[in-house]
Amino acid sequence: MKDRFSSLRNGQAAPLDKIPKTTDVALFMDSVAAKVQQGWRLSNLFGRRTASGNVTLTVILSDDKEGRLWIGTTEVGSNFPSLTPRCPQAHLFEREIFEQFGCEPKGHPWLKPVRFPSSPHSKTIPGDTPFFQMEGEEVHEVAVGPVHAGIIEPGHFRFQCHGERVFHLEIQLGYQHRGIETMLEKAAPARLPFIIESIAGDTVIGHSLASAMALESLSGAHVSPRAEALRGVALELERLANHVGDIGAMGADIGFVPTSAYCGRLRGNFLNMLMELSGNRHGRGLVRPGGVAFDLPPSMAESFLVQIKNTKKELDEVLDLFFETPSVFERLDGVGSVSMKTCKELGLVGPAARACGQDQDVRKDHPFGIYRFHHIPTMTAEEGDVYARATVRRFEIAHSFEFLIDQIQSLPAGAVRSVCGPLAKESLGVSLVEGWRGEIMHVVITDKEGHIARYKVKDPSFHNWTGLAMALRIQQISDFPLINKSFNLSYAGHDL
Amino acid sequence: MWKLLKTHFHQGYRTIDYPKGPVEFPDRFRGRPTVDGSKCADGCTSCAQACPTGAIQPGSPPVLDLGKCLFCQECVNACPANAITSTKNHKMAARKRSDLFISSSEMKLAAALDEKARKLFGRSLKLRHVAAGDCNGCAAELIVTNIVTFDLSRFGIQFVASPRHADGILITGPVTENMRLALQKTYEAVPAPKLVIAAGACALSGGPFIGSPEIHHGADSTVPVDLYVPGCPPHPLTILDGLLRLLDRLPKT
Repeated sequence: MKDRFSSLRNGQAAPLDKIPKTTDVALFMDSVAAKVQQGWRLSNLFGRRTASGNVTLTVILSDDKEGRLWIGTTEVGSNFPSLTPRCPQAHLFEREIFEQFGCEPKGHPWLKPVRFPSSPHSKTIPGDTPFFQMEGEEVHEVAVGPVHAGIIEPGHFRFQCHGERVFHLEIQLGYQHRGIETMLEKAAPARLPFIIESIAGDTVIGHSLASAMALESLSGAHVSPRAEALRGVALELERLANHVGDIGAMGADIGFVPTSAYCGRLRGNFLNMLMELSGNRHGRGLVRPGGVAFDLPPSMAESFLVQIKNTKKELDEVLDLFFETPSVFERLDGVGSVSMKTCKELGLVGPAARACGQDQDVRKDHPFGIYRFHHIPTMTAEEGDVYARATVRRFEIAHSFEFLIDQIQSLPAGAVRSVCGPLAKESLGVSLVEGWRGEIMHVVITDKEGHIARYKVKDPSFHNWTGLAMALRIQQISDFPLINKSFNLSYAGHDL
Repeated sequence: MWKLLKTHFHQGYRTIDYPKGPVEFPDRFRGRPTVDGSKCADGCTSCAQACPTGAIQPGSPPVLDLGKCLFCQECVNACPANAITSTKNHKMAARKRSDLFISSSEMKLAAALDEKARKLFGRSLKLRHVAAGDCNGCAAELIVTNIVTFDLSRFGIQFVASPRHADGILITGPVTENMRLALQKTYEAVPAPKLVIAAGACALSGGPFIGSPEIHHGADSTVPVDLYVPGCPPHPLTILDGLLRLLDRLPKT
């Protein structure tokens, strides 16, 4: 059955004609389902209109134990047998394929649009469609959004409640849809990095790194060890900023204001280091195909080490206070649990998956760049609740600090940027990055001229939003902000 | 309890001196660019060609639209004559879209509201944030204006939960087709007189997404805008500067 798929490593490319194509769609779907059953993860499933006008589905399965990505394709007509009933991981991917290409996954249990693009298949906007409803005496619906109470992105949340208790939550996104994938296929190459950096503004480094790696795989560009190390430094600074900020925000949501105030400020230390390095607090303009655009001179490296050590000292105290305060534990423990079974079924990624006990991290499973040489221990918890997600982040903060100190002390010498030449023709390049939310995947497919024919972006949020919905089951509706913050998923990264 | 007090003591007072004291930015900070047309060679269009968003009209001097500018420095790097340079200046909010077209080191910064409006909003301004397709970069910096470092609330400015409680809205994002109706409704829900502030390249012009058929290229496509704050995303101090100019709360120099 393996000949239905060919394998690539993270950051590699292959000519399209070397990727197996299964003629029988049903057989193809059977093989995918069987492989997922055996423990591979559905990392991507997307459509592409070929030059002949047909739609090709490409599946990318992650074999995390072997560090391989298995890729297979099949051609579909106006419909195909849905994978979702036996492989729930596929549910949103199949909805996306239906929305983008009009190919119906037959047997999909909840075939709604994903992002409501304004053309060509739909004129409706998100929220203007039926929602899953529960029947029963005194059952009521609560509708929230798209404009929320806080400073946050737009999305619509529809709760089915009995009293305060939530039985079901349906999350309808798409409000942030900017047409990114279509733009990436049409934009001039020089404009590409700027669109990529605005996929999700809190994951600038994660996405720009994934994009650079995919493009480098297609052009055969060499990235110097120094550039690899600096990319790692930037990626961990981004992780630190977001993890620290989110723990602060969880403090705010449970009314433990000190942590909120301290972490809110300390998060800025990491953003300010990114600004020192790149001129922008979010690291825009730093990662570019071929390397990085800014070097870390010795004086700045020294200053970074001092800043990192000082911030670590302060943060240790702040996090100890948070995690050792009984009233905090009481509010986080047992709230918003996701079981390991659900986690596996939905294919959750990142800290949300690790909090359920899933030992999975791109930096370990599909090591790239500097992570091939510097191994970061994977931190897991068992309970899958808010406390577990907070704890996983706490220990990831500690590991990122170790990584930063180690790397900045021993940066390799050399240039930081090389030329990323023209892309290989009729090929597929794929890259995975462990962003702070989890697995980011970029897939670039080129045409006969070496132009981008299909650019598939997958933010970790694409997997994890359904995890949030499941975490709300049989919870108090008033705990929604807290549970939501423990995931802190990207609306923009999902909506593209 | 002791642990909490000890931590609090160690944290100390962390709000910056701004606007009374000076503000510092690192050397590589990319603030408002300046243009010196006297250095331009005849017919040179390097800057305009390098710009990813088409923010520059070539000419002598070239005209740079801060509303479209991503502050990426591609023009600065492309210019053979150093006619465009980046500065550490964070001040660039304007009342009119046309004031964002710059062709020198000068620009017309935002003027204060008229006296009547200042009486209403000058000491207490409540805003509702509407993200209309932003990537969460601008929203993140808005949140930062609230943290202890910048402490927006000391100026009487606050983000509130409902448009009904607000004196105005602050819009980020290019206004996606899918958010347009929600933005209109939020705007209508704010009692008059009301203010509209657009922050970030997306909300000013569409920014990195200029040309996408899914967006409306800025907040003023849908509602009238009173203050434009450039940046991708704007630095928290750029946002603060704009708000304080509007309310005439900056110290007179």
